[in-house]
Amino acid sequence: MSSLSEIPLAHILFVSTALFFIGMYGLFTRKNLVTLLMAIELMLNSVNINFIAFNKYLYPGKLDGVFFSLFIITIAAAEAAVAIAIIINLYRSHQSIDVDDATEMKY
Amino acid sequence: MNAHAIIFYLISAFLLGTGILSVTTKKIFRSAIWLLFSLVGIASLYFWMEVEFVAAVQIIVYVGGIVILIIFSIFLTQQSGKEMPGPGLLRTVFSLLAVLFGAGFCCMLINEYGFTQLPGNQFSVAVADIGTQMLSTAEHGFVLPFEVVSMLLLGAMIGCIVIAMKSKEAKNKGVLENEQEAVGTVISSQQNNTL
Repeated sequence: MSSLSEIPLAHILFVSTALFFIGMYGLFTRKNLVTLLMAIELMLNSVNINFIAFNKYLYPGKLDGVFFSLFIITIAAAEAAVAIAIIINLYRSHQSIDVDDATEMKY
Repeated sequence: MNAHAIIFYLISAFLLGTGILSVTTKKIFRSAIWLLFSLVGIASLYFWMEVEFVAAVQIIVYVGGIVILIIFSIFLTQQSGKEMPGPGLLRTVFSLLAVLFGAGFCCMLINEYGFTQLPGNQFSVAVADIGTQMLSTAEHGFVLPFEVVSMLLLGAMIGCIVIAMKSKEAKNKGVLENEQEAVGTVISSQQNNTL
């Protein structure tokens, strides 16, 4: 318990905010679908850090934040698998996984 | 500042640095490897916060599952040594501006909020407590989300196979079988892990 008072909760939240916006930068600048998926994984992870930190600092008697991050990890795994299946399928039909090449549904 | 605080700042610098490298490096395979390091850094942050079970799940699912899946898909879809084209100067500048503004705004909000810590009992995450609460049907039990998420995983597994299934005229045979195996293995190992 002595460890709690040394690092304030705000510092952990700063780290997770920075990680979220790093992921957002990747989402803005990348054009490759696989790297977009990596950026989304970073953003999901920053949310998980938030849940655990709030659980540890604000509600230490409960476990709800831990459960939320466990379920988010599970859903992120399912999402990554489906996304990669879609990417493989797109590659098979377009021979490219660049977002600029997949414009059929744009207009 | 004692060792505990220094370790926190070291872990944070490590995971943020590798995260930045992961979204900025030009070669896609290196980007995946930097992402792997960043996820390991997040797992060590969980160890630092004394939630060992979540850290173990993070390593098993993310490092052992998702990153391997991403590397598989990189190998299947393109040359991993090829350099990706950059985003262009204008796009980089405006993305950087948007991201810096957003991050600064959020940090300002966090800084001014002033979290009040409730006087609660000590934070301890025993795996037995997690298991009991997850499968409990009482008021704060999580058995319904647990069942729903297991159905979701089943749906995702079937969906992956259906999406990646090749049509009859598809030519590249071996590539596809590898991919299906990879997706199926990761999903089923993930399901075993969660269940």
